[in-house]
Amino acid sequence: MKSKLILFVIGFIVWMLLGWPIDAQHAIVGIFAAGLAAFLTGDLFTRRPHHFGHISRYLWFCYYVPLFLWECLKANIDVAARVLNPRLPINPGIVKVMTSLRSDTALTFLANSITLTPGTLCVDISPEEGILYIHWIDVKSQDTQEAAQRIVKTFEGVLKRIFE
Amino acid sequence: MSEVAGNLFIVIGLAFDLFGCLGLIRLPDVYNRLQATTKCVTLGTCSILFGALVVKGLSGTGIKAFLCILFLLLTSPVAAHALSRGAHKSGVKLWDKSVCDQYAEDEAGKK
Repeated sequence: MKSKLILFVIGFIVWMLLGWPIDAQHAIVGIFAAGLAAFLTGDLFTRRPHHFGHISRYLWFCYYVPLFLWECLKANIDVAARVLNPRLPINPGIVKVMTSLRSDTALTFLANSITLTPGTLCVDISPEEGILYIHWIDVKSQDTQEAAQRIVKTFEGVLKRIFE
Repeated sequence: MSEVAGNLFIVIGLAFDLFGCLGLIRLPDVYNRLQATTKCVTLGTCSILFGALVVKGLSGTGIKAFLCILFLLLTSPVAAHALSRGAHKSGVKLWDKSVCDQYAEDEAGKK
């Protein structure tokens, strides 16, 4: 029930933003639309709705956003430098790394963050054992531990505090 | 003032989109190409949309551009993940000079 309520609120906010500027007609239709979506799919949205009440998670999320944007910008400059270099300095391969994250949301965000950060692309996840297979454009280490140190460490701690 | 700043963001976004497309042509295999296109095209397009937000301010158009940024950031890495996983499962080989493929080793180990 709580999960449905959260989905209703988020759906309604997105609806109102899409129909900006706010007016009463939009709001009434939005209540029905968000209510229908929440009624039909609300149970799938989150398994642990009590997490939405923790203030510290939002604060860590505020820390995660600039960190992510900074890494994303670095990744773009990195790709641009590689592509514009006439010698095309790449050394690709798929490596395996371990993570201690287990919940679906945290793993999804970790994989997305890895994909948008310098030189790495998440190819597959095995959620039970916490294994990520990552395509690395410039392989610096084939050792699982050391690769994890270089790739996963930036985000793991923050995401653990937000989603687990 | 906001006009100039917004146009600057749009120009930066176009430049990154261009680098992404160059990567698509220059890099050797599916996985490397996905790397270049996903990163550059995501941030490039987000930057263009952010430029639109700065130019238009908090009007209907600007807010929609902001929502597009959020959805793009959430969905485009997932699409890249699905494409690369699908390519690997259907047997697309890595580039000849690739260093290692621990995914293929583990998949072979399971069978």
